[in-house]
Amino acid sequence: MVDIRADSAAAIPSSPPARNRDLRPKRTFDPMIILWIVLALLLLFLIVNPLLRLIVDSFRQVNGSELTFANYISAFSRARHIQAVINTLWMASFASLIAASMAVPLAWAVSRTDMPGRDLAHASVIAAFIIPTFLGAIGWMLLAGPNAGWLNKIWVGIFGTATGPFNLFSFWGLCFVVGIYAFPLIYVFTRSALDLISTEMEEAAAVHGAGTLRTMMKVTLPLALPAILGAFILVFLETMALYGTPALIAIPARYNVATTQLATFFEHPIRVEVAAAFSMPLIGVTILLLWVQRLLLSNRSYVSVSGKGGDRRIIRLGPWKWMLAGYALFISLVTVLLPLIVLLHCAFAKAWGRGASLSNFTLDNFYHIFFEQMTVRQSMWNTFSYAAVTATFCCAFGFGVAYIVQRRLLPFTSVLAFLALSPVIIPGIVLAICFYAAYAGAPFYLYGTSAIIIIAFITRFMPIAFVTVGTGIRSINPELEEAVRILGGNRLMVLRRVVGPLLKKTLLGAWILTFVLATRELSTAVFLSGPETRVISVLTLDLSEQGRYEILAAMGVVLLFVTTAVVLAGMRVLGRDFMLRRT
Amino acid sequence: MQKLNLKGLTKRYGEVAVVDHIDLSLQEGEFVSLLGPSGCGKTTTLRMIAGFIDPSEGTIEMNDRLMSSPSAAVPPERRNMSMIFQSYAIWPNMNVFENVAFGLRARKLPNDVVRRRTTEMLEIVKLDQLSERYPNELSGGQQQRVALARAIVVKPEVLLLDEPLSNLDANLREEMRGEIRRLHDEFRITTVYVTHDQSEAMAISDRIAVMNKGKVDQLDVPVNIYRRPKTRFVAGFIGRTNFIEGRPNGEVIDFSGFNVARSSLGTAAIPAGISTFSVRPQSMEVLSARPADTKEPVLAGKIASRTFLGETWDYTFASESGLRLRVVSAPANALEKDQSVWLRIDPSQIVRVEDSPADA
Repeated sequence: MVDIRADSAAAIPSSPPARNRDLRPKRTFDPMIILWIVLALLLLFLIVNPLLRLIVDSFRQVNGSELTFANYISAFSRARHIQAVINTLWMASFASLIAASMAVPLAWAVSRTDMPGRDLAHASVIAAFIIPTFLGAIGWMLLAGPNAGWLNKIWVGIFGTATGPFNLFSFWGLCFVVGIYAFPLIYVFTRSALDLISTEMEEAAAVHGAGTLRTMMKVTLPLALPAILGAFILVFLETMALYGTPALIAIPARYNVATTQLATFFEHPIRVEVAAAFSMPLIGVTILLLWVQRLLLSNRSYVSVSGKGGDRRIIRLGPWKWMLAGYALFISLVTVLLPLIVLLHCAFAKAWGRGASLSNFTLDNFYHIFFEQMTVRQSMWNTFSYAAVTATFCCAFGFGVAYIVQRRLLPFTSVLAFLALSPVIIPGIVLAICFYAAYAGAPFYLYGTSAIIIIAFITRFMPIAFVTVGTGIRSINPELEEAVRILGGNRLMVLRRVVGPLLKKTLLGAWILTFVLATRELSTAVFLSGPETRVISVLTLDLSEQGRYEILAAMGVVLLFVTTAVVLAGMRVLGRDFMLRRT
Repeated sequence: MQKLNLKGLTKRYGEVAVVDHIDLSLQEGEFVSLLGPSGCGKTTTLRMIAGFIDPSEGTIEMNDRLMSSPSAAVPPERRNMSMIFQSYAIWPNMNVFENVAFGLRARKLPNDVVRRRTTEMLEIVKLDQLSERYPNELSGGQQQRVALARAIVVKPEVLLLDEPLSNLDANLREEMRGEIRRLHDEFRITTVYVTHDQSEAMAISDRIAVMNKGKVDQLDVPVNIYRRPKTRFVAGFIGRTNFIEGRPNGEVIDFSGFNVARSSLGTAAIPAGISTFSVRPQSMEVLSARPADTKEPVLAGKIASRTFLGETWDYTFASESGLRLRVVSAPANALEKDQSVWLRIDPSQIVRVEDSPADA
């Protein structure tokens, strides 16, 4: 054996004794406090101030400074305004029900049964998740518009009737389109709950004489119910706050919802103060429902599960499996295949109404948006650059706050965590009003700049980046970091050699997630973007109003192409379902 | 020479003193275990020595230099210690070689020295064949060796171990225990070892500090911890024991049913009044016939219950005077329940125990 002692003692002074200069007095002033102050100021700027301005402005005289209840009176004294709120609640309820009726059977089929094509069904959900809702809505306008819609034309062609049966520009059309693009969230929650329920529970029911159906109704679904209801609430909140689809469908249908009503306050003359007052019920409902959702999910007793319960027993459905597969195919058709086909066709068509033929094929639309139409090119560039900046800031900032919170490096970290999470209570469109009120005018004058959109986006996606990165940090055992310290590395080395490398994938995943979400964000951008700072989602509304669907579809295809490429790259590195892990 | 010196070391969280005025000093090259149940403050003490936690009161000195005090502290990376963690804390993003070389690189040693010392160390722990492997390709025992090599290669002033064997299965635990002791004997690194496993502490330590509720009940060599427990807590925590009450009466101590001369007891000083004594199940013998001609005290009674454990019989003996005592006996000495038996006690193994300072 080599004598390591003698050897190294001669080669180097083995361990220099700790010297007194290493002794660091606990100063009353810790330099980490500066970091704390910087983070707190940023959160103050991004979250607290805009929210306070919203509340203050709701009590301020229009274009004045006196405090008043007049805004609340003008916001809620007109029947039309009240009706908009009621309409929103109806729309969100039915859309969420449609989403649940798609998501729950599909999740159960994929998680538990021998339905053929389960992987395809799952992939189709991911695809539906990637398609921005406003593009889906455009696709469905082309499919089920009252006269020229493809489905109506096909119907007329087959049955020879005068008009087709579908009218998307109706209450039910609105609920349908909103619902079919909200369902992936319920699917994800239901599926992960079903995956966690031990099959032993089901087998116990079977041993005691329950059949497949009975087991499902009496054991499986009740166990998963809190998760399903929790997801239902999230979808309800999301659809309630949606602006794009209502703007595309509800306005032509002359059906007023809360978000479209908010937009009318931003028509000239702009009445931010009334909009602020009008948005209070939206925030109230959000807070209330998030609280209910937390109650539902915090009651852990229903998850009679920790880890997976051994082998998954697959339920044999017999001939029923084909029915279920048919339903899955139907979902895939309405959410992904049909809208994608019409959008692609439209993007490569001279005129979308003329059907699919070689004479109708052209690449002009793409030439147009890349080389001629400066507005479109500008908005595509804006979309991707804002999204990239937003994602980068969200990840950096989310990491900073999450790391400090998890490792308790500074006092009062729970305040930071609370602030970083607090934007979840503000619907996107209300966030736009907050930022408009806080930073559009004096003293910042940010209206029409990229900065106001980017900071609003950062605020909007801060919670999701914070939670995603925080989950990653939680999975790093603090002892890995302490081992660096005790072996002679400082805090910087901890970050560089251990935390950084271990968190690389989490950060990449969080970046892609925020990037993709930011490329499609509409409601936060809608009141904040000026002529130079429009993004694809905002431009979609303009182009749709002008009826320029071919240009719009080409732009949408570019957006989908970039998003899909980024997501696929993410999947290669991070695994198939990284986008779906949501908390 | 005193290597490490804890003086009045205290850590409070709010009102609760997790570590309560601990005094402990280690000689150069000594192996001391902190032994106690969970929540006794042993890990907090270790983490204060490492510099991860600052004391509320008291000081830690190493080589007569101040390391920790409530007002100033040397950060962990400047203490020249190393630590082995309960989770091993092997960095999953580095291979075995890089893990072991880390401390040397952090000390900014020239590359060839890092390479040579790491290679030598890997040979010593028999990991030289695996130096390119990543931690997820290693077994628990191999990961433990990486942790050991990584901690020792830097020649720390003090080596700290935080329940390093608790995640291993029983056989491997014994093997690694031997490995830790072997490396200690080879390098003579002053070591503080935290464990809740008394047999582990017995097997590996030069001295053991038994901790209870933030205080050290007894600091002694392993044999004395077992045979001469100072407190009720130590006697009960280390192995199993019976507690009986006795009262001095002239030159003898009266127990219920028998008495023993003061001079033949294991403890010298016995105050007036009732005292508690510990007598181990192994220091008594149950016999089916009355022993003739013995100077040791003998009690008549019955077998109240019995359990066969394979290596031993575990009897509960009920004396006529009302004592119930657990006694361990060889497998061959099979006695029936309710059988009349006699119990012979070795008086030199009856030890007076006090209340724990933490319970007083």
